[in-house]
Amino acid sequence: MAFTFAAFCYMLALLLTAALIFFAIWHIIAFDELKTDYKNPIDQCNTLNPLVLPEYLIHAFFCVMFLCASEWLTLGLNMPLLGYHIWSSPQIFLGVLIVSVSRYMTRPVMSVPGLYDPTTIMNADILAYCQKEGWCKLAFYLLSFFYYLYGMIYVLVSS
Amino acid sequence: MQQPLSSGHGASLPNSSTAPGRHQQVPSKAPLRSTAGHCDFITYQNSYQVPVQNIIRPVCPTSLDNTQGSGQTYSTLSMDSSLIAPRGPNMITATPVQSFVDTSQQASYITEHYPSQVPYIVPSQSTTQVLSTHSASINHAYPGFSYQPTSVFNTQHNAPLNLQNLHFATSQPLFNAMSCQTKILPKSEQEHPPASFQPYHAGNTGTSWQPLARTSVKKPAGFTTKPVALSSTARSDMSAGFPFSMPHQIKPSYSPSMTNVAKPPVSVAPLAQWLPPSTERLTSATASPASASKVQDGMQCRSVSNNQVNSAPSPLSSTSDDEDETGVDSSSSSSSSTNASLPNNYDSLEGGSNQDLSSSVTEARAPFDPSSLMTTKQSGDVHPNLQPVYLKPSSKVNHLSSSMKGLFFQNKQQAEARKQINLLQERNILPPVPIQCPQSNLSPELRNLNCSPDLFRCTLMNVPQTQALLNKVKLPFGLLLHPFRDLTHLPVITSSTIVRCQSCRTYINPFVSFFDQRRWKCNLCYRVNDVPEEFMYNPLTHSYGEPHKRPEVQTATVEFIASSDYMLRPPQPAVYLFVFDVSHNAMESGYLNICCQSLLENVDKLPGDSRTKIGFITFDNTLHFFNLQEGLSQPQMLIVSEIEDIFIPTPDSLMVNLHESKELVKDLLKMLPAMFTGTRETNSALGPALQAAFKLMSTTGGRISVFQTQRPSIGVGQLFSREDPKQQSTIKGLQHLGPATDFYKKFALDCSSQQVAVDLFLLSGQYCDLASLACMSKYSAGSVFYYPSFHHIHNPTQVEKFQKDLKRYLIRKIGFEAVLRIRCTKGLSIHTFHGNFFVRSTDLLSLANINPDSGFAVQISIEESLSESSVVCFQAALLYTSSKGERRIRVHTLSLPVVNSVAAVYTGADVQAITCLLATMAVDRSISSSLSDARDALVNAVVDSLSAYRSTISNLQKSVLVAPNSLRLFALYILALLKQEAFGTGLSIRLDERVFSMCEMKTRPFVHLILMIHPHLYRIDHLSDEGSITVGDKTIPQPPIIQLSAENLSQDGAFLMDCFSVMYLWIGKNCTNSFSNEVLGFSNWDSVPQNLDRLPELNTLLSRRVTSFVSWLQDSRPFLSILRVVKDDAPFKANFFQRFVEDRAEFALSYYEFLLHIQQHISK
Repeated sequence: MAFTFAAFCYMLALLLTAALIFFAIWHIIAFDELKTDYKNPIDQCNTLNPLVLPEYLIHAFFCVMFLCASEWLTLGLNMPLLGYHIWSSPQIFLGVLIVSVSRYMTRPVMSVPGLYDPTTIMNADILAYCQKEGWCKLAFYLLSFFYYLYGMIYVLVSS
Repeated sequence: MQQPLSSGHGASLPNSSTAPGRHQQVPSKAPLRSTAGHCDFITYQNSYQVPVQNIIRPVCPTSLDNTQGSGQTYSTLSMDSSLIAPRGPNMITATPVQSFVDTSQQASYITEHYPSQVPYIVPSQSTTQVLSTHSASINHAYPGFSYQPTSVFNTQHNAPLNLQNLHFATSQPLFNAMSCQTKILPKSEQEHPPASFQPYHAGNTGTSWQPLARTSVKKPAGFTTKPVALSSTARSDMSAGFPFSMPHQIKPSYSPSMTNVAKPPVSVAPLAQWLPPSTERLTSATASPASASKVQDGMQCRSVSNNQVNSAPSPLSSTSDDEDETGVDSSSSSSSSTNASLPNNYDSLEGGSNQDLSSSVTEARAPFDPSSLMTTKQSGDVHPNLQPVYLKPSSKVNHLSSSMKGLFFQNKQQAEARKQINLLQERNILPPVPIQCPQSNLSPELRNLNCSPDLFRCTLMNVPQTQALLNKVKLPFGLLLHPFRDLTHLPVITSSTIVRCQSCRTYINPFVSFFDQRRWKCNLCYRVNDVPEEFMYNPLTHSYGEPHKRPEVQTATVEFIASSDYMLRPPQPAVYLFVFDVSHNAMESGYLNICCQSLLENVDKLPGDSRTKIGFITFDNTLHFFNLQEGLSQPQMLIVSEIEDIFIPTPDSLMVNLHESKELVKDLLKMLPAMFTGTRETNSALGPALQAAFKLMSTTGGRISVFQTQRPSIGVGQLFSREDPKQQSTIKGLQHLGPATDFYKKFALDCSSQQVAVDLFLLSGQYCDLASLACMSKYSAGSVFYYPSFHHIHNPTQVEKFQKDLKRYLIRKIGFEAVLRIRCTKGLSIHTFHGNFFVRSTDLLSLANINPDSGFAVQISIEESLSESSVVCFQAALLYTSSKGERRIRVHTLSLPVVNSVAAVYTGADVQAITCLLATMAVDRSISSSLSDARDALVNAVVDSLSAYRSTISNLQKSVLVAPNSLRLFALYILALLKQEAFGTGLSIRLDERVFSMCEMKTRPFVHLILMIHPHLYRIDHLSDEGSITVGDKTIPQPPIIQLSAENLSQDGAFLMDCFSVMYLWIGKNCTNSFSNEVLGFSNWDSVPQNLDRLPELNTLLSRRVTSFVSWLQDSRPFLSILRVVKDDAPFKANFFQRFVEDRAEFALSYYEFLLHIQQHISK
């Protein structure tokens, strides 16, 4: 029973994942409001866009931490999401999802950081996609939350 | 139904009460009103049965600026019996109760005076009386007068000839129609009314009355027989409390339902005009869809005539759109006919068309086999629950017989529609008449109620039941909308409560069903709502308990005057800001002079009321503001050279009231061009200028018109050249169709949220990065105009186009702070919107401005199976502030049947709508993906749908390329689309032109777009009157449309190609000298100049025919087309021949090759 760097990583990840869960919930609520309620897409995008980069950075941060802690399995589990954030992304047109270059690099021409463009966000496909993305991320973060909890205890107990 | 005497007496009530109503608004008028011929008023009231609470507001297109004065003349006139008298007894002088009734006030006043609480004002023609304190404009209408052809952009114009007499609604033909009508009408009913029936005439002095006067003068001629007697009867009727006239009037006008479903003529006149009545259309089944529209015209006239013959000014139905200043809108027919006359009327109508079509009827017998019977039956039953309402036992026989006829036609038509076409063998695929929207499977009565296909159209007239079925047919499903189109007939309704569904907020419409008169079932969400007490009362008929006869449920396009519930803030005034580029480049092009000239001419015609504001900004590398404050002796120019952080020098005096500072504005416009001549400043600070403009406008909202001639080079929003000539040649390398910066988009979004729209006029020689600049209009609901290589001397054709466009732009109708909501039946949802707007919510578009020339497209997806219902409905509601400061809601409703077979979906496919929707989708794809993707997608659309169709047919040879009849032109249209500038592959297409062409595809209304995609070609050197149509007193020849292949040109002929914005007149070398002589006024071919921009009016038969045909085409569009003469050596020759889409071009396939290409894909 010793407090290792790995245990520290798990604890940190636990806290950060809790934050990410809130991000995901916020994301889901925001898009739900867009779809059902009459929230203005401009306002909604203005609140959502500033959250995109922090979310990515937080996630990337604890991935790096896991890398340093040599937690390969955990890192491996996180790689898909990291990869998704950086590389794969939808480009949506005519109801066809074309996976192309990067989620972030192919974002609409914007002068502020962020992904969501108020002029295209109301497109049914984009909206549905973003909602689905929110739910998937929420599920992923929830699962990883418990996994980190388990991982933390496991590391603490085993070492 | 009979009106109790008391109501007759009650007539006096409304007078007095209307007056107070008005007084509230415009107190100064009170004395006028009350004093002016009180008894006359009463009499009229009786004779016209203006319902008690019904206030007729006549509208006159000319707006009078002076409220007081106009009010005065108006009221006095209206009461003045002597004025009326000369028009003869059969003239109806409806009391033009000019109502200055503010809706909100009205409500209260009505409750006071009328317990029944039906405040119902139906201006006979749209109109608006704005009653904000200072707004003084008054509209008058000549309601009875029906329809001026010129102002209409209607399919009717496309109507080809037919033998039948079509009466376009000029006085003359109308009159004839009317007189015939009278003869036919056997009954007593026809008697009473001459007096009352005449379109009521607001005694109006304005010039606008001229047409009416003419009509009325002529009428007596037809009626000579017994006007006097009639008048006396009418009088007695009146005094007796008018037992008949009133009810009659009522019934017909709002109750098509009464008599029969299948009888179109019964329906409300404006409706009739728009909607091709199914039966009639059926008659023309054989191949000339266009004839339907003719019939329809004829019908319209008939209903007009009815109106005249029968009673009642029926203000409700007669309407035109517009508060219009232009005077174009004329007025409209009103729809009343008497009860008894209905069947007759119908018969005569039906008989007339039958005769014409008798041949087709006989042919039609053949397909009358059991199976087809079944199909018809099915379609007839589409909306069973509506039947009770719309079908009543009365006149059953008639109905039966007519529906039998309907069956014949329908069968015939369906057989036609189900036909397969072998594309490769069908050489002459293009019909000689314009293509009409296909018929849905809807029962005729519902179809007749439907919104005009010019306003609201669906790509699949028969809606597939499930998404799976939709996927199977591989056709795009969507709507095309032209919501703010200039209309001649538009019922305008003022009512204190606008009846809407409680849960989904749908406006009540003709497709709802009523239960026990007390409840109605929403046709979109199926909720059962209560009918409000007020709605139970029909002010037209004075009858109670007939909610289904209210105008809201009689026509699919109505306009409501909205109450203050529909305002977030007081309605804004019309505010116009002009932003001119005055850099060296701009002054070189000389546009400013033309522009100021045009503004100077039209500054009085700018839509607006007394609050209208105007302002000007010019910019080069600095910004120049103009202080036009009232009281200055001349305009002051304020120069701001700080462009990094924009400020407004004198915020109060830059946007000024147009009326107060008119002289200063005019002075400025005169000075402006000279002020900057010889400037050496080449930079353009467009971004800062826009920011300044936004600051000026943000408090009020309004319209910013930006005139730009070069790439913005300094300050924010600076753009760089992205055009690479080398890349143009390869489709793959073509980039930069999207914006380079989001400055303009963000700017547009800011504007949109402050209700400011930005319209861009780009007049430029070089590349300007329109892809970026256009964003400012795209998201703020503005419009883009582009004039490549504009120069005031070197490029006269562009100058002419600019002038014409600008004129239309300045005086066209405008709506401010608008939102457009599209609702659809449960189970459907909106997928994507196309057009210029900001999408505010899943079904809501925010439109800072709306103009009559913008169209929208919507893609629809089917989320749940539609098996529960047999019909789906779409409703588009446009809420806007008119230029008179009145909040209005224009509602269009479209109802379509649901089908569950692939064949039925194909039958109802509307190839033109599909093409237009695909064009907008392809534009999106070329921006988000690439042009070659978009081109492939277009080709795949044809391949997929044709192969899907093929798979539904068994035992076909492999080499046969079949298409359903409805899609026989699909391949041709797609090929034409691929040859458009937007998607073409030619070397010569410049990036800006391509981008502009894409903008056009997204925003043009589909009627215009389809003509741009596939122009019409006519041979005009031997026009004959055969099959011509009559508009007014003019005979318009209708030459057949020729396929767009150069082989159809012959050197000894003259051809006209109508490409919507341009018309090419091609004169063959061997064309007889008589043509150039008689039509062009030149002795022979050689002497015809290359730049002949208009046809001379010569006194020869051929010249008259040609000019009337050309001007008829011109009248059918909002922006005048430029006429260009093409001879063999003319500079436009290349442009002209490029339009021959069936021919092989530099980088494009010919039609036949394209078909082979498709066939290869399919058989793969």
